[in-house]
Amino acid sequence: MTTAVDMRHYVRSDKIEASPPPTLSRGPLAWMRENLFSSPLNALLTLAVLYLLYVIIPPVVRFLFLDAVWTGTDRAACREDMVGHPVGACWAFVVEKINFFTYGSYPAPERWRVNIFFLLLAIGVGWLLWLRAPRRDLGAVYFFWVFPIASYILLTGGNADFGLGFWIKFAVVGLVLIGLLAGAASLLGTSIRTALIAAAAIVAAVGVTLAFIDWDFGLLPVPTSLWGGILVTLLVATVGIVFSLPFGILLALGRRSKLPILRLASVIFIEFVRGVPLITVLIMANTMLPLFLPPDTGVDRLVRPLVGTAIFASAYMAEVVRGGLQAMPKGQYEGAMSLGLNYPQMMVFIILPQALRIVIPGIVNTFIGLFKDTSLVSVVGIFDLIRAIESSRIDPNWAAPTISYTGYAFAALFYFIFCWGMSRYSIGVERRLAAGQTR
Amino acid sequence: MISMASTMTAQQTRSTAIDPRAEAAVEMIGVHKWYGEFHVLRDINLNVRRGERIVICGPSGSGKSTMIRCINRLEEHQKGRIVVNGTELTNDLKRIDEVRRDVGMVFQHFNLFPHLTILENCTLAPIWVKKMPKKDAEEIAMRYLTRVKIPEQANKYPGQLSGGQQQRVAIARSLCMNPKIMLFDEPTSALDPEMVKEVLDTMVGLAEEGMTMLCVTHEMGFARQVADRVIFMDYGQIVEMNTPDEFFKNPQHERTRQFLAQILH
Repeated sequence: MTTAVDMRHYVRSDKIEASPPPTLSRGPLAWMRENLFSSPLNALLTLAVLYLLYVIIPPVVRFLFLDAVWTGTDRAACREDMVGHPVGACWAFVVEKINFFTYGSYPAPERWRVNIFFLLLAIGVGWLLWLRAPRRDLGAVYFFWVFPIASYILLTGGNADFGLGFWIKFAVVGLVLIGLLAGAASLLGTSIRTALIAAAAIVAAVGVTLAFIDWDFGLLPVPTSLWGGILVTLLVATVGIVFSLPFGILLALGRRSKLPILRLASVIFIEFVRGVPLITVLIMANTMLPLFLPPDTGVDRLVRPLVGTAIFASAYMAEVVRGGLQAMPKGQYEGAMSLGLNYPQMMVFIILPQALRIVIPGIVNTFIGLFKDTSLVSVVGIFDLIRAIESSRIDPNWAAPTISYTGYAFAALFYFIFCWGMSRYSIGVERRLAAGQTR
Repeated sequence: MISMASTMTAQQTRSTAIDPRAEAAVEMIGVHKWYGEFHVLRDINLNVRRGERIVICGPSGSGKSTMIRCINRLEEHQKGRIVVNGTELTNDLKRIDEVRRDVGMVFQHFNLFPHLTILENCTLAPIWVKKMPKKDAEEIAMRYLTRVKIPEQANKYPGQLSGGQQQRVAIARSLCMNPKIMLFDEPTSALDPEMVKEVLDTMVGLAEEGMTMLCVTHEMGFARQVADRVIFMDYGQIVEMNTPDEFFKNPQHERTRQFLAQILH
């Protein structure tokens, strides 16, 4: 509109209707010209990448699929000198060992218990992750209370056999707790009835939990030293993930607290745990944890690395969450405070939902890192998937050149499926939460 | 149902003078505040009566926002006394909560909660602070949203509304707590020019109902219409305080005259 410059008076008399944008040239050829060969340098890079793909992909496909051996009962099926043609991945080995990879040395007649554990885990994860699932509040109760108890009983056999003395102690402690809470309520001038109900509910929940653990379900006890493989990997990862998020949030809040002692404690914890390698934390948890606790409380050797990974992941999670908290505009705090919300309400309803949403990529990144780091528990003698593969690949029955590669390929596939699933899920959640809520 | 006065008819709405014996809503006695070394508030003495409407103006950095933010303890004062509705503000969290329940605040940048719908924004505090049943809270929220003329937006998110609509939601959100005092911190400064009027109209309506209001604003038309007193602040002090007629016609202090000459062209 160069003429507009010359006009001194102008009044628009018609309205220009919205029209579609000009059609670009479409089709695969146009796309390729635009994206792959738009300049000489681009064309060169495209050709170089194509050549690289040509070099890499065919051998991998040949190894994993075309030359792979799918059936067989021992090394004879997977040795080039015995079958007479080049041999790729020996999947027969994985098929043969799959039970060992999944359950470790868990007694074969009892493995149905592990299967039920897997099923319960899948139900819990699905219930919580499916955003439109019915009764997600019940799902949380299931995942954080029913599921852990059921898993504990199923996997170990339960029947802790506390004895009468323990229950008498428990009753005394419970009554004292109820009394203390009621006393505190009357001192603070809040409702004694509410305090009594809350205290009784806590004691009852703990009591029911302990009663279930104590009860003899007639299951064969299975010591944790027999557990192994995918069972242990998933167990360590689940415990780490489930504990790291709440602890991480608490640590992040502690680090931003106005109370100097709380802040200092959080900073020291986070910086110390982050400053040492996970292996160190695991070894310390393995050898030093028993030193800190009273001598007669034997800590199970599987629990020690569980505590270690949970602590380690919490420190990382704290920093991720802190990033989200720092991204929150001050106005959100002020808006919440001006309405009279107290600190917990402000955090739970206003700040954390937004802050955590900002850092979903960081949280999932930490989860993925944690999931893969669980393979390090093998260092302290826990029989996870990697350890199970390590010990199987030297089985003389299966002595063949490609056995090790096959084992590692299986491990890679296993970890990839889970990590990729987490990644896709987080992208889906981000997209869903972003819809309709732009600032 | 209270009618919403338009700016035109509001001229005659300035009520009869506030009864000087009316109860004090806010008392500030010798209040000082420092940000580190910087002396932001210097000897603020202000007595606001029930139903009084006060407009506070002054150059940026003069401490006007800080002063009204001290009233609901978003800022802490270091010297002097502040008594709100008979409750003195101290470090006692219970008292602070008590004051905040009775004092609503509207901010320059709205500070709505972007992850909650308009309705949830309005019902959150009544449900959790006042322990009101959800159904009642929603009913009240809808009543106030209707009053600010946006009931149809109740299920949208703040990001989907215009600035003026968001600010009206912010006002409704405060009103849902049934406050005795409303603080406005430059409520129209972040709005597009076309949206200022809809927010001012809402505020005029509130003033007509007899709400105690302290309002930091440079909307001098609004000050003329509804204020009982206009306060001019500079360098953390109250420089001049007078009825709007006197304040605009006959400013006493040299600094006030300069300021008014700058903003009233």
